[in-house]
Amino acid sequence: MLIQTERRIPSSEITPRETYMNRRAFMAGAAAAGIAAVAGDRMTRLAEPEGVEAAEKLTLVKSPLSLTGETPTSFQDITHYNNFYEFGVDKGDPARNAGTLKTRPWTVQVEGLVKQKKTFDIDALLKLKPMEERVYRFRCVEAWSMVIPWAGYSLSEFINACEPLPSAKFVQFLSLADGKQERLPFEAGISWPYSEGLRMDEAMHPLTLLTFGLYGETLPNQDGAPVRLIVPWKYGFKSAKSIVKVKFVKSQPSTTWNDMAPSEYGFYSNVNPNVDHPRWSQKTERRIGVPIFRQRQPTLMFNGYGDQVAKLYAGMDLKKNF
Amino acid sequence: MSRRWIIAMKFVAHAACLGPLVWLLWRLYLSVTTDPAALGPDPTHTVTFFTGRGTLRLLVITLAVTPVRRLIPKLSWLGRFRRLLGLYAFFYACLHLLTYVWLYAGWSWAAMVDDISQRRFITAGLAAWLMLLPLALTSTTWSIRKLGGKNWNRLHWLTYAAAIAGVVHYWWGVKSGVKTPLEITVVLGVLLAARPILAARQRSERKAPSPARA
Repeated sequence: MLIQTERRIPSSEITPRETYMNRRAFMAGAAAAGIAAVAGDRMTRLAEPEGVEAAEKLTLVKSPLSLTGETPTSFQDITHYNNFYEFGVDKGDPARNAGTLKTRPWTVQVEGLVKQKKTFDIDALLKLKPMEERVYRFRCVEAWSMVIPWAGYSLSEFINACEPLPSAKFVQFLSLADGKQERLPFEAGISWPYSEGLRMDEAMHPLTLLTFGLYGETLPNQDGAPVRLIVPWKYGFKSAKSIVKVKFVKSQPSTTWNDMAPSEYGFYSNVNPNVDHPRWSQKTERRIGVPIFRQRQPTLMFNGYGDQVAKLYAGMDLKKNF
Repeated sequence: MSRRWIIAMKFVAHAACLGPLVWLLWRLYLSVTTDPAALGPDPTHTVTFFTGRGTLRLLVITLAVTPVRRLIPKLSWLGRFRRLLGLYAFFYACLHLLTYVWLYAGWSWAAMVDDISQRRFITAGLAAWLMLLPLALTSTTWSIRKLGGKNWNRLHWLTYAAAIAGVVHYWWGVKSGVKTPLEITVVLGVLLAARPILAARQRSERKAPSPARA
């Protein structure tokens, strides 16, 4: 029996979605009525930004790859505690600033070692395969963690549709870098676009998820809308957000954090309690949204997905290839 | 300054130093009782940064007392608050250290030794705390008398070193791209420059008394 010990937010404190949307509509109306003209930029940001799609419900099927027995992190925390440097380096910045991201129209370009170049429209991608709910652990390299009910299908399904050539050994994912929609802060020290990559066998692993939603709805902008990657046994930064380009390549692609600080962020970046970050320990993690004295918990090898993925790294020295 | 004024201002100073802590404890109480979100999504992180920033702010305010007195002689009564402010800085530093020992290291010696030997930001933080310790211990009037004003003064220059170590600890602790330690760094830089500048000004004044005074 699962004993629920976590205190949840009482339902009375959660604003119903309709009320929330109405309030936004009211503010948009107020802005239109001319308040924006007086208050300027600030007000327009409060009002519903142009081009933001309201979250859509997704039809999901259950997946055997989904976790059971762990309480998912609240929707509030998953959407207000984000690392999405395109919108600012503070954890609250993405929720504040990602309203300017336009997720329609959106295409994903596929190039490199493929039979032929292709461009997928986001609406076609949403329908490519049945959408599954996958509750996964999410472990950030900064030593905090969540449990998140993602929605998507295995990346392998998409890769098969891309028809890569046998010579393709790695896949690179590039995120949107558009100064008109994103702040792309200079102080982050990142040369945009954000780039991530996987070895082909990692990318083809059934756990690797092409992700379109969370909590049964399309992704909120701050979580990497409209399409992102989720690689649950790797540190969160490996899971690129708001993907616009997928490249199949022969050799290990250059990836953002590995380029910036190779001694701190390896290309593999598998969750590994035995390899510390130079600046902090990775042996334990802080679960988000959990009362303070119960936050700390041990970090699991491959984030608990060792049974499924350890074989990908058989014979490799994971201390060297961290 | 009248006695009554000093007492009133002491009350204000205590309230200002304890107020944030009362707030934090209240949020902590709420977070373990009725409102899990009272300390934000990552309460451990919230408490860590709250106590760490509190320490640095109080240290910098303590260091500002002397330059402000020199610049504005009317405010020289502020000197009576320096010890109080310094001790509150040490108090917040202890809370910050306790947060680490309890919520990060889990009271494990092995984890602490590991951290101190391998992680420079923790080494810097501990160094800062260790420098504040003798200052807190010698904060009594008895110690000043025992050490003699000159020695005591010399020892308490360590406050600057502790503040520098604390700011370095802050920079090394935050992830790249985060610039939040900038403000406190600038303020500390100004204070570090202020002392020699003020001392030089005082020397030149002594050598060449202003005509008004002559």
